[in-house]
Amino acid sequence: MKDMSEGYTTADGRKIGGTMMEMKNITLRFGGVVAIKDISFDIREGEIRAIIGPNGAGKSSMLNVISGFYIPSEGEVWFHGSKRPQMKPYQVAQQGIARTFQNIALFKGMSTLDNMMTGRMTRMKSSMAQQAMWWGKAQKEESEHREAVEKIIDFLEIQAIRKTPVGRLPYGLQKRVELGRALAAEPKLLLLDEPMAGMNVEEKEDMSRFILDVNDEFGTTIALIEHDMGVVMDLSDRVVVMDYGKKIGDGTPDEVRNNQDVIDAYLGVSHD
Amino acid sequence: MFYREAGDFKTSYTDDSQTFPIKFDRWRYYAVLAVAFGVIPFIIDDYWANAVLVPFLIYAIAAIGLNILTGYCGQVSLGTGGFMAVGAYACYKLMTGFPEISIVFHVIGAGFITAGVGALFGLPSLRIKGFYLAVATLAAQFFLVWLFNKVPWFYNNSASGQISAPERTVFGIAVTGPNTEAWAKYLICLCFVVVLAWVARNLTRGTIGRSWMAIRDMDIAAEIIGVNPLKAKLTAFAVSSFFIGVAGALFFSVYLGAVEVGEVFGIQKSFLILFMVIIGGLGSIFGSFAGAAFMVLMPVLLKNVLVGQLGWPTDLAAHLDFMIVGALIVIFLIAEPHGLAQLWRLAKEKLRLWPFPH
Repeated sequence: MKDMSEGYTTADGRKIGGTMMEMKNITLRFGGVVAIKDISFDIREGEIRAIIGPNGAGKSSMLNVISGFYIPSEGEVWFHGSKRPQMKPYQVAQQGIARTFQNIALFKGMSTLDNMMTGRMTRMKSSMAQQAMWWGKAQKEESEHREAVEKIIDFLEIQAIRKTPVGRLPYGLQKRVELGRALAAEPKLLLLDEPMAGMNVEEKEDMSRFILDVNDEFGTTIALIEHDMGVVMDLSDRVVVMDYGKKIGDGTPDEVRNNQDVIDAYLGVSHD
Repeated sequence: MFYREAGDFKTSYTDDSQTFPIKFDRWRYYAVLAVAFGVIPFIIDDYWANAVLVPFLIYAIAAIGLNILTGYCGQVSLGTGGFMAVGAYACYKLMTGFPEISIVFHVIGAGFITAGVGALFGLPSLRIKGFYLAVATLAAQFFLVWLFNKVPWFYNNSASGQISAPERTVFGIAVTGPNTEAWAKYLICLCFVVVLAWVARNLTRGTIGRSWMAIRDMDIAAEIIGVNPLKAKLTAFAVSSFFIGVAGALFFSVYLGAVEVGEVFGIQKSFLILFMVIIGGLGSIFGSFAGAAFMVLMPVLLKNVLVGQLGWPTDLAAHLDFMIVGALIVIFLIAEPHGLAQLWRLAKEKLRLWPFPH
């Protein structure tokens, strides 16, 4: 096993720290179906880690394991050097892990602002009595969090839709608001499930820029699933490749690109 | 012309998140309060108090309560009548058990007791949703009514099985019992409505309100971004039941004075309040008031028109009343499924642009 404190420097000169999260021999079964089979990999402080693979490879299941939505049948999740006990998704969120969803999962009846304020739920401390009176801590807290959320609104350039119910927004903007909601939590680790699915080239470029900026400005560690290989190879520092629930490759984009198993999985192999 | 944000600059986030961001709205709200407190108590008579205003105010509290649960948190409940009964009986037991304490505290205490009962019956919501939850709360409705009929302790072993409110005073003025003046009934209900509507507004615009709405809109995503679903759902049930309990307590002690549980707090009451919430608008405090006004005023209006103006026989008018109110509800739901609150919002949008079309 690798040294936990080991770090490395990326091609563009960013310093990557030690291990933040480590998945050890994760297996996930649904009855007889094995979605993930004995997969181990790590995510380092400050890196952009991609998980790729053909449809049904178990990528989203992996993300669900990390965010606590699925409990692995076997294996351990280590976070910041200690084994994570079994916890509920909202407890995982409190540890500083935020995520977006493959199919947008915004709160459609609420405004952009309210969606993002909900993202800061884990940081809200005022009691129900204070909130009922809208007095003291409740009011102060609301303004403070609003300020933090406004910074993210500026960052994502969505000032104009602040008070629009998100159900009325076009798809690309909804994706952006969802990223904003995850960022509002100021996570240590941000999980992005196909952040660019269904976008056109310009929207993809915008989203890529936001992902890089988030990593750069906020120092957020990012794990993402994406199908667009160009995007993945450009953005990510290291890539895990999955196929049929198994890990078939792990390394820098260049290493992965030249890995024969990966090429076979994507292009298919003739069996004659 | 004067109904718009232009020129009304907000310089702090507190200003920006206030309930009535438009100055005109704010003044209109103060004007309504001034009329409600300063004018109506002096001109109100028994008919207006008993037929219109007092039931409207009490139903508004109950509708806000159900709206918190169903409109904001997305949990359907058919147990409203049962929870109102809990409020009424809790108030009765407190009134007769601690006669030296003010009725105001009895009503609030009844609210808290109902909140506890509501949270208890809210427990199934952690496992089941939608229609199934509605059926589970229906069980609460029937169980509670049965309980208050069967156990004599709840009605202090009275021979009739009814509970009746003894006379209680606030600042030396009778607010319950047969000697209560119309304006006293009205004012005490109005005070509760104003305070509770304000509390409801505060809760729904803050952290708790957002956690409720998050659960309503997408419960899985809510849990993953850090909303504790257990806490969100149970607080929604508790707060909602608190409001409904206070409404039940006022309905019994101030409005009716004597209650037979099966008649007053039966399943019809649950549906009546659910209709108010749906017609008024789910997820809107204003909608709760609008829905309560609609459901209270419509039968009164129809009766006045049919019997008073057209001179039809009372029983025919009473039958027609059912049909017309029913038809109105159906037409309303087809034409504007988001309720009166949505109509109000659209009107405000138009007004903001007026006299320009866009």
